[in-house]
Amino acid sequence: MLDDFMTRAALAGVGVALAAAPLGSFVVWRRMAYFGDATAHAAILGVALSLALQISIFAGAVAVALAMALTVTLLTGRGYAMDTLLGVLAHSALAFGLVAVSFLSGIRIDLMAYLFGDILAVSRGDLAVIWGGAALVVGLIVWRWSALLTSTISEELAYASGIDPKREQLILTLSLAITVAVAIKVVGVLLIAAMLIIPAAAARPLSRTPEQMGLTAAIIGSGSAVIGLQAAYAFDTPAGPTIVCVAALVFLGTSILQSLRT
Amino acid sequence: MSLIAARNVSAGYGANMVLRDVSLAVDPGEIVTVVGPNGSGKTTLLRLLIGAARPTSGQITHDAGLRIGYVPQKLHIDPTLPITVERFLRLPGGTTRAACTTALQRAGVPDLWQRQMSALSGGQLQRVLLARALINEPELLLLDEATQGLDQPGSAAFYRQIEEVRQETGCAILMISHELHVVMAASDRVICLNGHVCCEGTPDIVSAAPEYRALFGTGTGGALALYRHEHDHSHDDTCTHADGHDHATSDKRTEAAE
Repeated sequence: MLDDFMTRAALAGVGVALAAAPLGSFVVWRRMAYFGDATAHAAILGVALSLALQISIFAGAVAVALAMALTVTLLTGRGYAMDTLLGVLAHSALAFGLVAVSFLSGIRIDLMAYLFGDILAVSRGDLAVIWGGAALVVGLIVWRWSALLTSTISEELAYASGIDPKREQLILTLSLAITVAVAIKVVGVLLIAAMLIIPAAAARPLSRTPEQMGLTAAIIGSGSAVIGLQAAYAFDTPAGPTIVCVAALVFLGTSILQSLRT
Repeated sequence: MSLIAARNVSAGYGANMVLRDVSLAVDPGEIVTVVGPNGSGKTTLLRLLIGAARPTSGQITHDAGLRIGYVPQKLHIDPTLPITVERFLRLPGGTTRAACTTALQRAGVPDLWQRQMSALSGGQLQRVLLARALINEPELLLLDEATQGLDQPGSAAFYRQIEEVRQETGCAILMISHELHVVMAASDRVICLNGHVCCEGTPDIVSAAPEYRALFGTGTGGALALYRHEHDHSHDDTCTHADGHDHATSDKRTEAAE
C-alpha cells in the first residue's frame, strides 16, 4: 500500500493536518498567527544549517524554530512590540537561511522544495518522522489541554487554579516548532501557517465548545489534504498550494454559512 | 489564626516600587475591603496573594491547602474561542455537573448553562466569574474590582449576592475597589491602600443619613455605605506622605478643622 506515492502523500498530509488542527486552534485563540509564520520562516535557516552540518533536516529545523520561538518569548516586552520583533527575527532568519544555502557548493538543493513543499516525494522514512512528530504534538496538547485552555482564557485564573501559564506557553511553543519541522516537506515553509490557521478558522462557525473546534479543524484539515491531492493530480497543479486552496474554500463556505445564520 | 497574611511585603519593578512594606491578614469568615485610587497597588497586591507575582521583599503565608476563589477584574475571551458557560466552569477539570449547578445558583444565574461566554452581558459575566470562583467551596474569596462596568443598581445587587454567599458558605472575602467612598456595608474592615497601608478600620454605616439617600437613592437595599476616611492614629508617625498623593492634603485639612 505504501508503495503508491499518492497513498504516502495522502498519509503525510493527514498526519500534518491532525497535528496542526488542535495546535492551530490555540494559535487562533491566542492570536499567535504571526508567531507561527515567523517560526516557519526561521526553519529555512535550520534546513540550510542541517545540510551544511549533514544532520537530519528535521532536527535542524526543530532546533532553529525552537531557538527562534524562545528568543521572541524572551525579548518580548523589552522595548520592542511582539510584531516588530517577529518581523525582524523571522525575515532575518529567512534571509540568512537563503544566503547560507547559496554557500553550500557541491550540493544541489531544490530550494523550492523547502519553500513550497514536495509532498509527492514523501518517503517511508519521512512518513515515520511526520507521524511520529504528529503523535508527539497531539499527545502533548491532549495531555495539557485543560491547563492550556485555562491559561489561554486568563493568566490570572490559571495562577489561581495552580497552573503556571508560562510553562503552558512553552509547551505550545515546543509543539509549534515540531509541527513546523514535520510540515516542511508537506506544504513547505511559506504555507505552514496556512495549515495551522485556515482549518481552525473554518471550524469556528461550526463549533460550540473548544473541543468541537479542535476536532472539526482536524476533519477539515485532513479532508483538505486528501481532496487537495486528488485535485492536484487531476488538474496537474502543485500539491501543497492546492491543499491550502481547498482549505481556504472550506473557510469561505463556513464563513458564508455563518453570515447567513445571523 | 489568619487564612492568609502578608508580612512587610514590597513589590515593584526596579526603582518603581508599587507596594512598600504592606502587612495585612484576613481571618476566617471576615469581609475585608481594600480601597485605593488607581495605581495604588491594589491589583499587584491581589496578584501577590494568588501567587501570580512574587514580592521583592517580605512574605505571603497561607495554609498549604487553602482553597482560594478568585474573581478577576475583567475577562476577555477572544471571539474565535467558542466556549459554553458549563465548559468554562468545568475548567481546568475535575468539576462535577452538580457542583456547577450549585455554584451558578449561589451566583444568582442558574439558567446560563448552555450560553456562549462571548454572548453574556457584563453583569452576567461577572456572576459567571463569581460562580467559577465558588465551585471549589473556597475558604477565601478574592474579588478584584468585581463591579467595574456595572451600573449602580447592578453593583448593589452584586454586593448583596456576595453577602448572601458569605452567609451561606461562611467564606472570608477580600475585595478591592477603586471607588474610594463606596464599600460594602457588610465589610468588617476597610484597608486604605496607596502604595502603603494608609489606615484601616470599620466602615461607618450611614445608610439612614439624608446625604446618603440623596447620593445613592433607596434602591441599593443597604448594600452600599460610605466609608469615612478617619484617622484614629497619629498619621505622621506611621507613614510619611513624601509621595504626595491626593488624599493627604484633604486629610490635613480635615485634621486641621478638627
